[in-house]
Amino acid sequence: MDFWRLLFRAPQARNGLIMLAFVVGAALAAPWLAPFSPMHVDPGARLLPPLTPAAESASTYFLGTDSVGRDVLSRLLYGARLSLTVGMLAVLLSTAFGTMVGALSGYFGGWIDDFSAWLIDVQLSFPFLLLALFLLGALGGGTAAVVLILALGTWVNYARIVRAQILSIKNQGYVEAARVTGAGAPRVLFVHVLPNTLSPICVVASFSMAQAILTEAGLSFLGVGLDPSTPSWGTMLNDGRDYLLNAWWIAAMPGLAIGFTVLGVTLLGEGLRDLLDASGPR
Amino acid sequence: MSAPLIDIQGLSISLRTRDGLKRVVSDVSFTVAPGEALGIVGESGSGKTLSMLSLLQLLPPGAVAHAHRALYDGRDLLGQSRLQMSGIRGREIAFVFQDSLTALNPVITIGRQITEVLRLHFSLSAADAQQRTAELLAKVGIPDPSLRMRQYPHEFSGGMRQRVCIAMALAGEPRILIADEPTTALDVTVQAEIVNLIQQLQRDSGLTVIWVTHDLALLARIADRVIVMYGGRVMEDAAARDLFEAPRHPYAAALLSSVRHDAAPRVPATLAAAQAVSAPAAAGCPFTPRCPEAHDRCRSSAPPLLNVADGTRVACWARDRAPPGSVAS
Amino acid sequence: MMISFVIGKLFRAATVLLGVSFLTFIIGHSSGDPVLLMVRGDATPQQKEDLRHSLGLDRPVLEQYATYVERAVHGDLGISYRQRVPVSRLISLRLPYSLELAGAAFSAALILGFALGVIAALNRGRLIDHLITALSISSQVVPAFWLGLVLVLLFAVYWQVLPVFGSGGLQYLLLPAITLALPTLGRIARLARGGMLDVLGSDYIRTARAKGLSERSVLLHHAAKNALLPLMTQAGLELGDMVGSAFLVETVFAWPGIGRMVVNAVLQRDFLVVQGCVLVIAAGFVLINLTVDLLYARVDPRVRAR
Repeated sequence: MDFWRLLFRAPQARNGLIMLAFVVGAALAAPWLAPFSPMHVDPGARLLPPLTPAAESASTYFLGTDSVGRDVLSRLLYGARLSLTVGMLAVLLSTAFGTMVGALSGYFGGWIDDFSAWLIDVQLSFPFLLLALFLLGALGGGTAAVVLILALGTWVNYARIVRAQILSIKNQGYVEAARVTGAGAPRVLFVHVLPNTLSPICVVASFSMAQAILTEAGLSFLGVGLDPSTPSWGTMLNDGRDYLLNAWWIAAMPGLAIGFTVLGVTLLGEGLRDLLDASGPR
Repeated sequence: MSAPLIDIQGLSISLRTRDGLKRVVSDVSFTVAPGEALGIVGESGSGKTLSMLSLLQLLPPGAVAHAHRALYDGRDLLGQSRLQMSGIRGREIAFVFQDSLTALNPVITIGRQITEVLRLHFSLSAADAQQRTAELLAKVGIPDPSLRMRQYPHEFSGGMRQRVCIAMALAGEPRILIADEPTTALDVTVQAEIVNLIQQLQRDSGLTVIWVTHDLALLARIADRVIVMYGGRVMEDAAARDLFEAPRHPYAAALLSSVRHDAAPRVPATLAAAQAVSAPAAAGCPFTPRCPEAHDRCRSSAPPLLNVADGTRVACWARDRAPPGSVAS
Repeated sequence: MMISFVIGKLFRAATVLLGVSFLTFIIGHSSGDPVLLMVRGDATPQQKEDLRHSLGLDRPVLEQYATYVERAVHGDLGISYRQRVPVSRLISLRLPYSLELAGAAFSAALILGFALGVIAALNRGRLIDHLITALSISSQVVPAFWLGLVLVLLFAVYWQVLPVFGSGGLQYLLLPAITLALPTLGRIARLARGGMLDVLGSDYIRTARAKGLSERSVLLHHAAKNALLPLMTQAGLELGDMVGSAFLVETVFAWPGIGRMVVNAVLQRDFLVVQGCVLVIAAGFVLINLTVDLLYARVDPRVRAR
């Protein structure tokens, strides 16, 4: 696949990929890398600054401890797992849903297309965070709800791309030709349309991932996202808000982690997009 | 013999690429006399447009030009400061570009694009500039000029748009007009109209014109002198009549023979189909791969442009000596 | 023609608004029984039923919605369950603060963003270009509210230059406005840089120079207008994003705008307040998009021809 070779050559995409790989690796290796359990509460070790050595065990609180004595670094590593998982699930869900809607709109056109366009307009007229808050309030909280909400935030992009792709293919007569040979709609869609949309979808997926991570942070920060006791970067930010003055590291570290991850994903996405622009079909 | 208006000697242009500096124009020399119509012919990649752009310091970023001499009316074109250049561009030397659609600003009315030239170079008032613009548009054959002045480039047809560009170029009342393939994008009848227009303007005001084109038949009609370029070098430089009757350079000869036989005024497919000329041989004559008379010397060193007859110069090792019966200088 | 263009857009806007309000209404109604929030724990079922009836909550949903719309058109958005105050009054009290914040942030982001983008484009490849690009990217990858927290940490805690919370004067506006502006500033700067580079490389700029125009003239008269075009649609989108982020920023800085009010209302199930705010905000969005569409058509003559 020349595509992957090109991807590795492009410095931007390569750096993004490396950064992302680093974060994913750290998340996967959390059980081995974390010096402490992320849930381990130690009232005697509250609000310790970074690089404070621990009293009992031999290791150090590399990034300090939070308001109930939990090690920030360990929570950060486990938090990566949760934040990344939530993000990826959200992206998968939105890709599936968006692609389906886009495909139906593009293929059948007519009122389906008009209706989904109107629906998209309505959703976009709603400030997304507000919609998220609203729905979360209605659905209760929990991880599943958060994933659903995050998916809601980005499905529109996929729908648009897939729809545009189908329309352009329709104009080229593939659809007629395929129909003449007896192929049904699903076959046409899978064989002709999807391969072409794969690359732009990957680009959108990268940006969606970035958006999902940031949104999850925002929601958890407001207290309506993931369960506050579970370690996610968003909940850590929420924890840290009240201790800004005397323990800045509680809020600073997850923020940096988010920034690093989102940067990596964004670079990857931009690199992919540049590649697409350069080598795409004219 | 009056002093040449343009005197270029040893012009070279290099492009900064990822792999270093690449020479795209080498050792180009020619002169243009006042009132003359010079034709520069060559296929795409021959360096003709870049050479002309360099005269107005309009090369794209990453391109560098050097010359032993690059004089306009005694002034060194390559050495002019930005301020000095502003005084020459449009006012002394004007350019008409190939693609009239992209050459014009899509969000500004064409009237405004012309009046700004007038107000810049002649400090006319707005009203006077408008008046003069209408006159210019009428002169180039645009009907209903006061109405069309307020329109945008996309509202004109290709031929009309090119006329607008010509009007815009003439607004500064330049001494030299450089027309870079002004008719390539137009159909044949419109082409003829544009050509006639420029010729007439030339007759009326003694304008010096440099035509850059790949269309030989066109030059046969309008040029006094013709320069043939290939691979960034000048291959032949002769009076039009001499060139068309008896081309000396193998490339020029090939071009002409195909034109005569095909009656299609374009660069013949057999010649053009070969490898892109954008990578001229650093050392030897760039035409070597396609030249029927090539020998070893052609590969190793590029022949200099030499006088082989009165008013004719050729760059070819096979033409080192003047043909029998003519006078060598 | 322009007129049918405008009318078509207006119609579309109205249907979208209706859709938004309907959706809000439905979701609000499904999210729980507001009566439960309003009464004390020892209220009898009969009392709850009476309350429900007096609020009209026992009628069919569609009828409730129709009533709501009818009243809304006259400016009556209902009475907050929590605060027993007309929603429209609450909104009119808090909206100006949000507008102030958003207005300041948006203008700063647009103007500074465009300026920085152009500077970066003109100095392509040099240090200032890299710095501006780095700044733009950084502002987009970290959560905006986190950036706000960091700024608060630096300016209010360590250097003690600016106050942390509150409102009333310019010094209170500065931090929240900057926090809100930064992501947009970054995006606009990058867009402006790219757009400017594209424009500078285009043929008509070459023509402008070939006519003898000074570099300054070329930039101001020929480049700027074309560089602004792609920014306009983005600017509309950004304002929308900004409204969303405003909730977070208002919460962090305790800014008394409607963003904070809505967040609290959602958490407290005070859905009439939520509905009213959503309606107002959505109307704002729709208005913005409409304005951008019309402006764009005015600036780019090619669009009008379609």
